Amino acid sequence: MLRLPIYLDYSATTPVDPRVAAQMMPYLVEKFGNPASRSHSFGWEAEAAVETAREEVARLVNADAKEIVWTSGATESNNLALKGAAQFYAGKGKHIVTLKTEHKAVLDTCRELERQGFSVSYLDVREDGLLDLAAFAAALRPDTILASVMFVNNEIGVIQPIAEIGEICRARGVLLHVDAAQATGKLPIDLAQLHVDLMSFSAHKTYGPKGIGALYVRRKPRVRLAAQMHGGGHERGFRSGTLPTHQIVGMGEAFRLARLEMGSENERIRMLRDRLLAGLSDIEHVYVNGDLEQRVPHNLNLSFAYVEGESLLMAVKDLAVSSGSACTSASLEPSYVLRALGREDELAHSSIRFTLGRFTTEEEVDYAINLLHAKIGKLRELSPLWEMVQEGIDLNTVQWAAH
Amino acid sequence: MFAPVYFDHNATTPVEPAVLEAMLPYFSVQFGNASSRHEYGRAARRAIDEARGKVAAAVGAQANEVIFTSCGSEANNLFLKGAAACLRPGALVVSALEHPCVLRPAEQLARRGWTLHRASVDAAGRVDAAAFAELMRARPKLVSVMLANNETGVVQDVEALAAAARSAQAWFHTDAVQAVGKLPVDFRRLNAAGVHALTLSGHKLGGPKGAAALVLDKRVELESLIAGGGHERGLRSGTENVAAIVGLGVACTLAAERQAAYARHVANLRQRLESGLLALGATVFGVAAARLPNTVYFALPELDGETLVGQLDRAGYAAASGAACSSASPEPSHVLRAMGVSPELARAAVRASLGATSTAEQVDGFLSALHATLARLRRLTAMSG
Amino acid sequence: MAYSVKVLDHYENPRNVGSFAKDDEGVATGMVGAPACGDVMKLQIKVGKGGVIEDAKFKTYGCGSAIASSSLVTEWVKGKTIEQALDIKNTQIADELALPPVKIHCSILAEDAIKAAVADYRKRHGEAAAG
Repeated sequence: MLRLPIYLDYSATTPVDPRVAAQMMPYLVEKFGNPASRSHSFGWEAEAAVETAREEVARLVNADAKEIVWTSGATESNNLALKGAAQFYAGKGKHIVTLKTEHKAVLDTCRELERQGFSVSYLDVREDGLLDLAAFAAALRPDTILASVMFVNNEIGVIQPIAEIGEICRARGVLLHVDAAQATGKLPIDLAQLHVDLMSFSAHKTYGPKGIGALYVRRKPRVRLAAQMHGGGHERGFRSGTLPTHQIVGMGEAFRLARLEMGSENERIRMLRDRLLAGLSDIEHVYVNGDLEQRVPHNLNLSFAYVEGESLLMAVKDLAVSSGSACTSASLEPSYVLRALGREDELAHSSIRFTLGRFTTEEEVDYAINLLHAKIGKLRELSPLWEMVQEGIDLNTVQWAAH
Repeated sequence: MFAPVYFDHNATTPVEPAVLEAMLPYFSVQFGNASSRHEYGRAARRAIDEARGKVAAAVGAQANEVIFTSCGSEANNLFLKGAAACLRPGALVVSALEHPCVLRPAEQLARRGWTLHRASVDAAGRVDAAAFAELMRARPKLVSVMLANNETGVVQDVEALAAAARSAQAWFHTDAVQAVGKLPVDFRRLNAAGVHALTLSGHKLGGPKGAAALVLDKRVELESLIAGGGHERGLRSGTENVAAIVGLGVACTLAAERQAAYARHVANLRQRLESGLLALGATVFGVAAARLPNTVYFALPELDGETLVGQLDRAGYAAASGAACSSASPEPSHVLRAMGVSPELARAAVRASLGATSTAEQVDGFLSALHATLARLRRLTAMSG
Repeated sequence: MAYSVKVLDHYENPRNVGSFAKDDEGVATGMVGAPACGDVMKLQIKVGKGGVIEDAKFKTYGCGSAIASSSLVTEWVKGKTIEQALDIKNTQIADELALPPVKIHCSILAEDAIKAAVADYRKRHGEAAAG
């Protein structure tokens, strides 16, 4: 039987995979030691589990376990990477380059760095959501110390050309940070090949628990950071604070499963995503936001023209979907990501992000298709704009009464 | 299976069964992101709101005074650096006993133009009231004194110190990570005395690791340490750790309900343990001061603490030779050094911290294991000597 | 966003959705709002003898509250004279639907739609209405 609402918001968060939860449980109860306790078996047992998990996280991205620093999540990783690198290398220069479509965790951190005296260039992306490499190279200056580009966009799922961006950064002596929160388990990441210096990870986007993430900090060539959280000197001084063993074990197991199952899982999810898109493609005036090819298979972001966004969300309340990034959805501002793609506000407002995942079924996708057909039809029946379009009126020529 | 006896509850505690039960749905069916507007998200938001209420109620605060963080260290960093960021650099006072997650941020601030003063302590591990009052003449803008020390268990008279800090109009913070659950802690009362912020942590009181809180008087202006999304009233961004926060809420409720019974139970055991230790010729630190009811910090003068806890572990008893976080460092405890204990004696220090599930049999077993270990080690020392 | 029961009812079962032929006898159209603002309301009234509104229809592009406000207005104006219809105030609409403060503009837009429809009627049937 279908559980309503149907969860199609896997980019906001994922359930903990039951196999992951099973690994975590002992570390809440009988193996509850503090990994920093060096004087007894409870502590050693917890520390061993933490190090096994570190190996697993490193293996998924082909890095060395020594390059993995635990944090409370990708937001903290992004903060540590950007502030830590900017503050450490401030003597070399004070310019940072990033994209307008980055996650708030990067954008808000950059704003804070601007207040600390750094200058930040926020680059436009092309209409397909991808970064123009020539524009990126042109934005680097002699005083640029750091660039931050997300691997996979959380709203539109497009994959930025990280390999090429890495080449440019390495050649220009600029550190590259990559927010990979939405990328793990969705595409192969090989840090032995990529010229990436810092990479942020999150567990809860990849079937692990919330409250745990990691930052990859390259050792060869060595990247240094100013710590942001001080105390007992955990994580080789990069990040103090008691390590939440059960969450770390969960992240390790989640990333291990991702490494083993990514190939087949992504094919299944791509099939479901394509089924969803095909099922909706006979509705007129539906637009895909972001490039459909350079994109993770989980994501479909559509704008339904001539339907207002909030009434659309009301209409699809049996679907747990997002009309923008989860972190900004408290406000009714049109998505800044879609705006950066050049979408006008109406189309940004009437967009829905569908993100599919490990537990999405064909039946759920079909339910969504049928529901959207019915509801879009009903809302357009209600829409004077739709009526005018049907009558052949170009809405851009209409003189709207200012309100 | 042989289960070792755990006498290191000040380092961390197992999660209470009722806490685990409350957390479980948030790993599976209730897995939503609290920022999502759909039902999954709203359910997560409701769970966080409820937990916030529980944490607040357990320490006599209001729900809107509770800011969730990932750990106690983060809460302490958030208060010190966050409050400092909203002030012009000035004087800053912390006690010499503080945990590294207060001391290190304070030292960071000292590198950014702040003048750091360490309040001295007496031989019993209490902050020296006269010296503290003297430091207030430097008109510090920030003060942080822990409610109870993690090593000695010594409880500070924070209300009196906060009252003394009033004239300086400092923001006064107390790290209550070791105190909540072990002592009655009432933020309203502390607040009335002049305490503006308090740190508590889930895993020290039967909750999970991964959730802690800064309880903050809303008059205190803070800048966030972690930006991006504006969670926790803009003071702490990042997707909320719903399961751990729910666990923290339930753990706080239980800890508050059980505090009196817990304190009686562990105090009895502690007395039993301490008399046994004294009979073995141990020095117990902080005995002249009010202490947490569960903590014994002792030394057997001629034995190295690291060696002793290693032997005890082999005998099936988990104790600590110092604070968990800093136990990698071979340096003798900064707490004992601040109390004027010689480096030699400080190196002999061992901490036993009891919990609600500790028993008299365990205490007796610990004492016999200690006795046996002592005899063996003394024999070895005698032979090698 | 929590909606009132009445808003949800109008949203789920909007009354009088549709259009009259614009040039039919007695039909007047009021179109207010703009797509860029997120709401467009089209209210049509069919006015009979003695200036009584015999029928009304609407189409609305907008949030649930905007749809409910315009749906409610079509019910209220029926049977009223155009002068009586002009007495409908946005506050009455907002009260009836228990609109939260952030949605008051929906009720204002619905009131404006009535005014616009009546103005259109007067423009088309100037003398008759005046008489």
